[in-house]
Amino acid sequence: MRYSTALALAFSMLVGLPTASVAGSEDIVVEDAWSRASIGINRPGAAYMTLRNTGTDTVTLLGLETPLAMMPDIHETKTDANGVSSMGPVGEITIPAGESVALEPGGMHAMLMRLQTKMVEGETFPLTLTFADGGTLTVDVPILGIAARGPEG
Amino acid sequence: MRLSALQKVLWGLAAIAIVGFVWLQGSTRNEQRADDPAFRADFELTDHQGMVQTDEDFAGRWMLVFFGFANCPDVCPTTLAEVAAVMDALGSDAAKVQPLFISIDPERDTPEQLAEFVPAFDANIIGLTGTADQIKRTSETFRVYFEKIEEAASPDGYTMGHSSQLFLFDPQGGYVGAWVYGTPAEEILADLKAQMSI
Repeated sequence: MRYSTALALAFSMLVGLPTASVAGSEDIVVEDAWSRASIGINRPGAAYMTLRNTGTDTVTLLGLETPLAMMPDIHETKTDANGVSSMGPVGEITIPAGESVALEPGGMHAMLMRLQTKMVEGETFPLTLTFADGGTLTVDVPILGIAARGPEG
Repeated sequence: MRLSALQKVLWGLAAIAIVGFVWLQGSTRNEQRADDPAFRADFELTDHQGMVQTDEDFAGRWMLVFFGFANCPDVCPTTLAEVAAVMDALGSDAAKVQPLFISIDPERDTPEQLAEFVPAFDANIIGLTGTADQIKRTSETFRVYFEKIEEAASPDGYTMGHSSQLFLFDPQGGYVGAWVYGTPAEEILADLKAQMSI
């Protein structure tokens, strides 16, 4: 791995690409991002997506940033054997090399608290993922209808 | 009355035993059967238009009942979306089914709050709320559990834990069964149609 990083660094210097100081997070691919429209800005929104680590290093997601919400955070819904669901912050998310972590209804979600603007169906909003290696990745999350059931609507 | 240290310990143990008993009772609530005559939809609450509604107002219709709160961004919109899809797919038979979303967060969920949240998913869904006492009584009747969880990283500093099943009651108000959270609309629809013989 060190070899390939050194090689990548050498290569990027050769071709004049910006030298990436991050290790791993550049291999994260975000798929099937979606969210539901909100009615106003009083209640939190949620966004879902799959984070795929195509690299060979474990990558740790530390947090989220978006102009849409003052307090974005990753929360997780847990449902116990009695069918009681509750929700709380998850902290860091570890994405092992070659694996995917899904943020999906009933599991983890990007909880968008203190919305600054209404989430309007048909629009998108930028969501920046911040990783432990210092890297960031900004994705445009489509806003689907309020009664959407998945990335396909 | 002054309690000795021993008495305090004994009362403490008794309290734990009671809590434990209630919990055990609760843990069996999903095993209620349709032939349990005690489990009937029974409530008096205020709907999202400010009208008082009781179970009798929906007599003659199948009732899809679920519990939640408007500040819930994941489980509640997901269940509302599934129920909306079921209602859509029922077509003209939708008139025989009444979906009810009962708030377990009466502190925040006024009828006005529910009015802008619940019908947005499907115009047929009625949001119900009430006083803290009414909601507590309703949760006991429906054997659902809810709790307020202090959580600094949540809106207003708290979130709600709650039973997330979708309950089905027949047109006489008798309990038929429940779907666990996350059951796809297609499955709910198939079960529902079988129960309704349509």
